[in-house]
Amino acid sequence: MATTASSTAGSHVAGSHHEAHHGGHDDHHHHELNFLQKWVFSTDHKVIGCQYAFCGLVFLFLGFLMMLVMRWQLANPGVPVPVVGNFLRGAFGPVVMTDAGALTASGYNVFGAMHGTIMVFFGIVPLAVAGFGNIVVPLQVGAPDMCYPKLNMASFWSFFTSGVLMLASFFVPGSAAKSGWTAYPPLAGIADLPADSSVWLNGQTVWLVAMVFNITGSLLGSINFISTIIQLRAPGLTWMRLPFFVWAQFVTAFLLVLAFPPLEAASFMQLTDRVFGTSFFMPTGLVVGQALGQTWSGGGSPILWQHLFWFLAHPEVYVLILPAIGIVAEVVANNTRKPLYGYKAMVYAIFLLGFLSFIVWAHHMYMTGMGAKVAAFFQITTIMISVPSVILLTALLLSLWGGSIRFNAPMLFATAFLPMFGIGGLTGIPLAFNAVDLFLHDTYYVIGHFHYVVAPGTIFGLFAGVYYWYPKITGRKLSEFLGRIHFWGSLITINGIFFPMFIQGMAGVHRRWYDGGVTYEQLAGPVLHWNKFMTVSAGLLALFQLPFIWNFFSSFWLGEKVGRNPWNATTVEWDTPTPPPHGNFDKPVEVYRGPYEYSVPGAPVDFIPQTQRP
Amino acid sequence: MDHSHEAAHIAAHIGAYLKVGIGLLILTGVTVALSYVDFGSRANNIIVGMIVATFKASLVAAIFMHLKGEKMTIWKFLIFTGIFAAGLFFLTYLAHSDPISGTSHSSHS
Amino acid sequence: MFSRILKYLPFFSDAEVPYTVTARPDTGLYSAKLGIWLFLASEVMLFGGLFSAYIFLRIGAEPGYWPSGLLNVPVGTANTAVLIASSVTVVLAWAALKMRQLAKYKFYMAITILCGVLFLAVKLSYEWPAKFNHFGIFVRQSAASKYEEFLGNKHLSETGQAPRWEISGHLLDAPKGSPYAEQAHHNAEHFAHETHRHDAVTEADDDYVIQLDPVNADPDSKENDRPHFLPRPLSSKIAVIKAADVESASTFAPRHSTYFATYFLITGLHGLHVLGGVLVFLYLWLPIKGGTKLYQTNPEHLANRVEVAGLFWHFVDLVWIFVFPIFYLL
Repeated sequence: MATTASSTAGSHVAGSHHEAHHGGHDDHHHHELNFLQKWVFSTDHKVIGCQYAFCGLVFLFLGFLMMLVMRWQLANPGVPVPVVGNFLRGAFGPVVMTDAGALTASGYNVFGAMHGTIMVFFGIVPLAVAGFGNIVVPLQVGAPDMCYPKLNMASFWSFFTSGVLMLASFFVPGSAAKSGWTAYPPLAGIADLPADSSVWLNGQTVWLVAMVFNITGSLLGSINFISTIIQLRAPGLTWMRLPFFVWAQFVTAFLLVLAFPPLEAASFMQLTDRVFGTSFFMPTGLVVGQALGQTWSGGGSPILWQHLFWFLAHPEVYVLILPAIGIVAEVVANNTRKPLYGYKAMVYAIFLLGFLSFIVWAHHMYMTGMGAKVAAFFQITTIMISVPSVILLTALLLSLWGGSIRFNAPMLFATAFLPMFGIGGLTGIPLAFNAVDLFLHDTYYVIGHFHYVVAPGTIFGLFAGVYYWYPKITGRKLSEFLGRIHFWGSLITINGIFFPMFIQGMAGVHRRWYDGGVTYEQLAGPVLHWNKFMTVSAGLLALFQLPFIWNFFSSFWLGEKVGRNPWNATTVEWDTPTPPPHGNFDKPVEVYRGPYEYSVPGAPVDFIPQTQRP
Repeated sequence: MDHSHEAAHIAAHIGAYLKVGIGLLILTGVTVALSYVDFGSRANNIIVGMIVATFKASLVAAIFMHLKGEKMTIWKFLIFTGIFAAGLFFLTYLAHSDPISGTSHSSHS
Repeated sequence: MFSRILKYLPFFSDAEVPYTVTARPDTGLYSAKLGIWLFLASEVMLFGGLFSAYIFLRIGAEPGYWPSGLLNVPVGTANTAVLIASSVTVVLAWAALKMRQLAKYKFYMAITILCGVLFLAVKLSYEWPAKFNHFGIFVRQSAASKYEEFLGNKHLSETGQAPRWEISGHLLDAPKGSPYAEQAHHNAEHFAHETHRHDAVTEADDDYVIQLDPVNADPDSKENDRPHFLPRPLSSKIAVIKAADVESASTFAPRHSTYFATYFLITGLHGLHVLGGVLVFLYLWLPIKGGTKLYQTNPEHLANRVEVAGLFWHFVDLVWIFVFPIFYLL
């Protein structure tokens, strides 16, 4: 009776505690958990969130290193990589590096494919969605944990397995996958299958198996998020009182739940193509220049893969951006000491964005020979989807107007996110038209566009989140001074890498060329010099991450100690002890007002927490 | 929740479960039988088969899975799931059936 | 001893999360029900992706390369009936639990589990092996006229039907170095034993010898123009096909054609889901802490678990309701 009649989380805890006791689970509630149970196989959302976040940061770092080697090659084709060239040769072998320590053509393809895969699926998603989501969402909705704690743990370990497999793929014969993160057949169907090697133990096959584990983990995690947000909101936390970050995670989870499975299906199909010789994607009459360890009957369709891949991969890019928008919304509201402008419009916009994202995918396929009707459909929906994006961005920009802005480290990153995402979004608009795509498809323009959204876009949003929530988890602030160096250095150098890509792209420089365009000197000669500029910027960007890495680790011990609510924020996650214990709250949670009651006229303080009794 | 009330409520449905079960078995037979009837073209046979299958699936979903009378929360996202699945089917088919034309190479399908 | 090991397993450190058994008032749901429906939504998209691939490949298949009538309809129908029956028994099991009738619950759940096991047994011990023992050769279109007596394309074009490029049956002899040599040898022995003929294995080692399916033994017959409910036995006629005339040759395995690729992938994945369901039901049926033992302390919790597992099972049945006609009948 207690569980249904009461309205506070405390009684819920007591009630279900009673239930659990009644259920005969005897002594473990008061048992001290051993190290494995507490830190490795934990079901606590904060521990799992940190596990995801840490793995995500490590993978972002690895993907970044791969990019540095690629950028060296582009600026100095054929020149051995300085300092680490021989080490890389030793580590990755002759497929990837020449004897002298320069990147081979295959090696460039390996790093290119793996950079993309790792950044998207092993860096951003685990950090932005699973990491920040797991740590913050239950706290912001006033829940003791996620809805399915054991499932949460299982999801992490599925993801971890996928990470181990993906890294291991560098060391199988032939090295890792090299057919692009997009893995288009027939190339991806035949790559890494020489006649004398295993159909299982090669880069592309391991890539597919790893993706299956990654997708499974993501699916199960998303189910957890949706259920947590629907079922575990504290009393008084109605839908329109949710922090915008929670809305962002809610829509993101739906995108993952519904869009990922067709790619999982397609991954199975490509896997059977490679391992069992099926012809889902292998066309009739394919001619290959060497003997392979597999034969195919034909009759398949490479375009089928593209449909199934992009059906996921387009919603995936919104998965990459929405959590960052959510973080920026939190940080902006907090540091302008004002409610968000147009909160309701932002909520409707994010739902419209989520819906439309499912029906735009073929704008990645304009060059596959589609007719006018289907091309028109996708052009229309793609242009339509820019509307909610602009609503979100405009609302955030307008939120700055008239605010008492505190430019601390999180706010610097959050503010910079806005124009950076603006550039990324605006440069996407020409790509919505198939006529323009004729010239820009597969050029550096596209690379510039999507990197602007993800790199100075999402990643800056994630940095804002790290600086913002680090004190809640560790009890200490990150150094503001190092934060400013990190910010300004990163902002300038990251623009140095990606802005010239638009210039190169419009001049026709093709993507995925390992020689930096040198072969096409006649076409692209005047713009190739930007390669050196971009590479130098990349090297400098690397240097400016060092203060952050040092800051991140040293602040555990040396950072300024803080209490419950160092930013004077209103949302519920700041109403816990720092760091939050198992079960999160030290008193029953009840919410009395909206998420951004800052500078309320007549109030004694410039913020009123959601959980403060009226 | 009043347990005995709930139990009686469920007992009343047992008859429905059995009837639907038998109905599904009969409809399976119907599906098989109809596949041997010539409806003019293969495409027509497929349409007939899918109509029967859809009807059977609706029975399973509505009665066995209790979707009839299920909470709005569940219906809300299931409807969107249906829309997106339909989108995947329809748009993929559309892309296949509407190839590029008017170029010098577009004569073969 | 069991509990000593369980202490080191991660399962018992959960924070107490509400609404695991009782419903949240405003949504009217207990959490697991929401969770399973979300999972089923993702499964709809998974099988939806597979079915859209099926449609795409079927409408894109060149005439003569998408077979029909190759699966055993009576067996498939029986398996369908088994799955439907199990759907009924699982909901009766849940109802029994809700009405606090433990014995009835155990009875119906046991039948459900047995039905699931039977479904898998039929598939894995009969249906799939029968396919792997059958062989199909796609003849090169340029060489097809040589094999007209087995293909019957004149009759097919006269009656407005799709051409036939495949010769199928049991493999009796394969070219030198073929991975199917062992199967051929085994079948040839069987053939010799049955028919007392020894012309199955030829001197040349660059040809295939097939004991023909009825459709290739008498390709002009009107019998072949309609689907058959009962499977027709192999003829005793044989065909010799030169390796140079062969476009592709394999058993009725996934590699044979896009038809069998989709058939095996979809039924294979479906079968894995059946297995998963059976394992969950087993867990809920056995007298263990999370299973029937839970009835003693929290019967409503067990009923919810059975309901959630039952929903998964019904979805698996639902998928089969589409798989069966699509692959076996149409």
